[in-house]
Amino acid sequence: MNWLSSNVDRIISLSISHTWLTLVPTVIGLLLALPLGWWAHRSGRGYAAIVGTAGLLYTIPSLALFIILPVILGTKILDPLNIVVALTLYTLALLVRVVADGLGSVPHDTVAAAEAMGYRGWQRLLLVELPVAVPVIAAGLRVAVVSNVSIVTMAALLGIPQLGSLFTQGFQLRLYVPLITGVVLCAVLAIIFDGLIIWLNKLLTPWRPRTVTS
Amino acid sequence: MNIVGWFTDPANWSGSGGIPVQIGYHLLYSAIALLAALVIAVPLGILIGSTGRGEAVVAGFANALRALPSLGLLVLLFLIISPVVAGKLVYILPTVVVLVLLAVPPILTGTYAGIQSADPHAVDAARGMGFTRSQILMRVQLPCALPLMVSGVRSSTLQIVSTATIAAYLGLQGLGRFILDGRATASFSEMAGGAILVALLAIVLEFTFAWIGRLIVSPGLRRTAIKSTSPLETSVTTVTLEKSP
Repeated sequence: MNWLSSNVDRIISLSISHTWLTLVPTVIGLLLALPLGWWAHRSGRGYAAIVGTAGLLYTIPSLALFIILPVILGTKILDPLNIVVALTLYTLALLVRVVADGLGSVPHDTVAAAEAMGYRGWQRLLLVELPVAVPVIAAGLRVAVVSNVSIVTMAALLGIPQLGSLFTQGFQLRLYVPLITGVVLCAVLAIIFDGLIIWLNKLLTPWRPRTVTS
Repeated sequence: MNIVGWFTDPANWSGSGGIPVQIGYHLLYSAIALLAALVIAVPLGILIGSTGRGEAVVAGFANALRALPSLGLLVLLFLIISPVVAGKLVYILPTVVVLVLLAVPPILTGTYAGIQSADPHAVDAARGMGFTRSQILMRVQLPCALPLMVSGVRSSTLQIVSTATIAAYLGLQGLGRFILDGRATASFSEMAGGAILVALLAIVLEFTFAWIGRLIVSPGLRRTAIKSTSPLETSVTTVTLEKSP
């Protein structure tokens, strides 16, 4: 417990960098997945190509990608940018399919009704189809953000500071306290981000009945 | 930074720490963990699939596990096991337990979702033809479950292969050795070489499973397997959304 009180500042700064390393890629990944997913939804050949590439990208182990990216980007191995780019790619790979499937799940009647009411093209996409697809996209986003919280910890093996650094420290010192602190804080972050998406989903879909979606 | 040089250096291809040996270790750890996971998850999945009980527990377990970082889990198990066990087992046991823990949920989900996805008409028809309970399971439900089971085993295998990389952190062999030893000696080409080998191994396995899936799935299922009903679709998504660390 002594360890905790003397390391409060460090734990806080690790939590903050962990939060950034998780949130920035999740948000950028979502923003990129929306247009790409829409394109995949519109063109059949595009769907096969995008979902195939995304699936393959998703199979590359994160630790390997953290090390391969510097070769491609020309960054240093310790640059947190590698982690951000890797997680953005994973988030994009997961969400592009979710967005395409979400847009595909919009009932034809809804689209036809919107058309009949005068919604055209972009208007129909942004004001009708996308909002109706929000619950599906939110479900995918929850999976993405929770996995991202735990994938970030792998960067500890390279020496990039975030909550995973507490795991390696726990191993080096043979000490439970830093380790448990890290695991608990990761779980807390995952629960907070997950809850945030559930809340945003409810906020964005006020017409849906108030049932618990898990 | 000379990655090509690292790959073409004959010294890296021979000896007890060479590339073929480390690939062998990596596959050995992975195979042990996959076998153990299959032994646990398939019977349990069949039980859940045919009784319909325990699904919520499995879903909760799988979700909790996704949030639990595998590196943290590995160190935690090591700290718990190290005072009790002696010898090399102290490094092997936590690694295998972590790999098995990660591999069980996808296989379990694939198995019970697969059994539940078996066309109820086919099951009824089999019962009408006088099939016993176990005959229905072996000849109708399990063959129908195969596509989802293979997809679950695929997820598990990729999860195991990428997590086996961190076995090197506890001092074990495997492809993670190159990454961590390269890190320790500031040899970026060795790190990158190890990373490229792990990525290639994962991609090769991915293609192998796609091929196996096409090979063993009954031709009668191929058409219906694509057009699935919505509850099945959600279970397929949960299986395939699993990201290996």
